[in-house]
Amino acid sequence: MRLLPIVISTAGLAAAAPAFAADVSVAVELPRIATASYHRPYVAIWIEKPDQTAVQTLAVWYQQTRNNEGDGKDWLKDLRTWWRKGGRAMTMPADGISGATRAAGRQSITVPAARLRGLQPGQYTMVVEAARELGGREVVRVPFRWGAANTANASGSSELGAVRVTVSR
Amino acid sequence: MKKTLALLSLAAALAAPLSAQAHRAWLAPTSTSLSGTDAWVGFDAGMSNGVFIPDHAAMRLDNLVVTGPDGSKIQPEHMMQGQYRSTFDVHLTQNGTYKIANVGSGLMASYMLNGERKRWRGPASDYPSALPAGATEVQASRNNSRVETFVTLNAPNETVFQTTGEGLELVPVTHPNDLAAGEAATFKFLRDGQPAADLDVTVARGGLRYRNAPEEMTVKTGADGAFTVTWPEPGMYWMNAAVRTEAQGQTLASNTSYVGVVEVLP
Repeated sequence: MRLLPIVISTAGLAAAAPAFAADVSVAVELPRIATASYHRPYVAIWIEKPDQTAVQTLAVWYQQTRNNEGDGKDWLKDLRTWWRKGGRAMTMPADGISGATRAAGRQSITVPAARLRGLQPGQYTMVVEAARELGGREVVRVPFRWGAANTANASGSSELGAVRVTVSR
Repeated sequence: MKKTLALLSLAAALAAPLSAQAHRAWLAPTSTSLSGTDAWVGFDAGMSNGVFIPDHAAMRLDNLVVTGPDGSKIQPEHMMQGQYRSTFDVHLTQNGTYKIANVGSGLMASYMLNGERKRWRGPASDYPSALPAGATEVQASRNNSRVETFVTLNAPNETVFQTTGEGLELVPVTHPNDLAAGEAATFKFLRDGQPAADLDVTVARGGLRYRNAPEEMTVKTGADGAFTVTWPEPGMYWMNAAVRTEAQGQTLASNTSYVGVVEVLP
């Protein structure tokens, strides 16, 4: 239901890049994992410098409500790399960043230029980390360039599938 | 026979909970880095050859002190002493870093009385007045031991690293709840508040039962008391250093030891 417009906007971005100048979109494949008790993964997406210092968190998908097993924020630490590189210093939920966990399949986010105003042109890495309850954890790093239109790809092997970064400038 | 021996060694360990010579003391948290609005951490405390393997004796927790991120004392909960390990829980309700420490200090003396060797143990302030009249060949030593670990709820802070100036103390340069495999971490040792130079620090990774090699490292502290460890693998690590000095004139012999337990994440 919610998936459809997002996929369309990503397709639109790729087709008509100049019209969306300076936006960044990240498409992430969350693999379908056949297991007895599948839980949707927690996912964090952030930008790093080449030396792996974190610059900006773009998205965090986690359980938004409290259930009988506790508050969703209790497990944010399982996104270990993101947690250490700045997640633990953020206040959740965060406007425009945090959201509910998403279903397996192709998911994407588009970050408008206005939210990346502080980013100087240069080489960066888009990092996607996924951690799943009763499952594994995986980090995928995608080097990309900020300052000109380009696309970059990488792929995970267990908790993440293809990750595609599109800069439309 | 075997049981008697076990009981004897247990009794010895209980009487001297922290002066482990043959056995290693440890205080291991169930997790060290937590998120959310509040969290619980459980702790196991024991003495054994293989670190974190409860197979010898429980640690006595009479001197357990839990310090919260604001410096206040936190009451541990659900304290229990089992055969092989003591356990307790700490409820984390403040953001920041907690220190969980079992600190022993006191004086041990052995003396001859009526032809028999006897031992006395107590606070330094009771010595030598607590020894019976007629005690001869008195040999006394001061003991100071510290077994500690750290846990953090949300972002780490540094209030709990304030030192007391007594015994061997660890001063983190790298935060102990910010350790990752493949990265280097630096800590400093102070002895009675002064940099402890030229000290051998043993660093051992837990999980020995499931591998053959002990995988222990020894690193030396520099002139400023600092040492650096590059963590080869994720895991729970045990760090230990000890200083013994002989009696000199009026100064008593002393035994000082430190154990720190830290978690290294992938």
